[in-house]
Amino acid sequence: MSFLQLQGVSMGFGLPGRRTEVLADIDLEIEQGEFVAIVGYSGSGKSTLMSILAGLLRPESGRVLFDGRDTPEPGPDRGLVFQNYSLLPWLTVYENVALAVDQVFSNLSPAERRSHTERFVAMVNLTPARDKRPSELSGGMRQRVSVARTLAMQPKVLLLDEPLGALDALTRATLQDEIARIRLAEKQTVVLITNDPDEAILLADRVIPLTAGPRATLGPSIPVTLPHPRDRRAIHGNYDFKQIRHEVTQYLLKARTRHRTTLTRALVLPDVEPEDITHKSPPMFGPKGRARRRNEVKTETVEVSL
Amino acid sequence: MKPSWQRLDFLLLPLLGGAFILLLWHLSSHSWSGDLPDPAKTWHESKPYVLEPWAKRGELDQGILRFTMLSLWLVAKGYAIALIIGTPIGFFLGLSPTFNKAFDPIIQILRPVSPLAWLPLGMVLFAKLKGVNVTELAALFTIALCSMWPTVLNTAVGVRAIPTDYLNVARVLKLSRWKTLTKVMIPATLPYMFTGFRLSLGIAWLVIVAAEMLTGRPGVGGFLWQQYNALIYEQIILCILTIGGVGFVLDRLMSVIERRFKTA
Repeated sequence: MSFLQLQGVSMGFGLPGRRTEVLADIDLEIEQGEFVAIVGYSGSGKSTLMSILAGLLRPESGRVLFDGRDTPEPGPDRGLVFQNYSLLPWLTVYENVALAVDQVFSNLSPAERRSHTERFVAMVNLTPARDKRPSELSGGMRQRVSVARTLAMQPKVLLLDEPLGALDALTRATLQDEIARIRLAEKQTVVLITNDPDEAILLADRVIPLTAGPRATLGPSIPVTLPHPRDRRAIHGNYDFKQIRHEVTQYLLKARTRHRTTLTRALVLPDVEPEDITHKSPPMFGPKGRARRRNEVKTETVEVSL
Repeated sequence: MKPSWQRLDFLLLPLLGGAFILLLWHLSSHSWSGDLPDPAKTWHESKPYVLEPWAKRGELDQGILRFTMLSLWLVAKGYAIALIIGTPIGFFLGLSPTFNKAFDPIIQILRPVSPLAWLPLGMVLFAKLKGVNVTELAALFTIALCSMWPTVLNTAVGVRAIPTDYLNVARVLKLSRWKTLTKVMIPATLPYMFTGFRLSLGIAWLVIVAAEMLTGRPGVGGFLWQQYNALIYEQIILCILTIGGVGFVLDRLMSVIERRFKTA
């Protein structure tokens, strides 16, 4: 029995007739203590998949099993780090974390909750900024608050939805190291969704490609056997790293071409010739001369990838 | 470096504009509008009201600040009623599409109705109640009903504009309904609510004059109307300036508070 499991999950949006099937037949099994990275194109339904894992969306078909239970409701045991941080702007760093701590650990004494909150603010090195509001922080700091808020809930599984997507390369690298460090220290189960294969391989035990949507589905999982902790400078020259990277990108590219097809349709090009300015202008009132339309019909062939 | 008169233009130009209006007023009173008292006469006749602002010589013969206080107190009560009723209505409108569909058309129809139309209805509404001040209730009814709409509509817009992410945070944390409301929804809506509160206060102050005129209650508006009926025109202008000044100060105060609550 896996810790977190998706069975034949499908999801689509929109009314019948003009529906978009986002995810189709997703099967996923994640063991306790595992770090799984899902790599996919942007717009392939990564965030939808994450919302289903977190319970924010209910799949249209298929089952979500978590810790042996059917779990449609979201809860603090599946800690989601949102793509856009989602900090409450009227609360300080400390208060944002404390909101989660006070809610999840309502059985502890106020003093215990305070020290717990402080511990997680310190874990992401934000103690000097504890009384600042999100608007006074940089993007990387905000994301760290968001991570601290989620970790402070001590979730059974940490769900990272493109957590570093909006950050610059340097901040990104620092936060990647921080995630790796925290994960090793806390033996946390993690699901990371990202569009960066390098990030996935650097952090995860297992990389799963997500094919391009619509009807995106998961490919075969590729184990990353490189030992932890991994050094980002050494890893790029590593033979295994290159091998895995090649495998992941090849799979994503192949999946894309497999879906490629062509579509031919007739286009009516409207008459867009400039007005004849030597012509006498029509009267301001009364009947106007009808413009002569010379629409042109052309056929167009486009390549689409489904 | 700008020349010195340009650095003082924030002071000089408004004075110049004021002087121009005074001149226009003076010329008008001496040419085509014979009944209009000129600025000097207005000042002379208004002196007892301005220089003894707290004097009380009779029910409708009091110092100008005393009148202002009476008016402000009535406005405060009506405005408080408007906020207490309007904010929850706005929340319901924003939260429930059904509620919104049911009541939005009627709100859109009631919103542009003038205070002059509401006041008689208020009089009728409370006429049969025993042991109450009917005119005061009618005035409060009018102020509350006219000034409520900006609060209602802005709150509704604010509630609809709460980012889904904030609500998702509440769901992941499993906040109770009450905690979601107090910890997430109300703080997220506050900036919109305060814009509504500011607009509402402006309207409440506009309505006071109409309400006092029709009910004859002592206050700036009641005083204005009484002096007009007594053919004493000098104090009308004093009242207008007072109403304008107080309205300006109220608006400034509210925008200071509003800025305090701009979170994001």
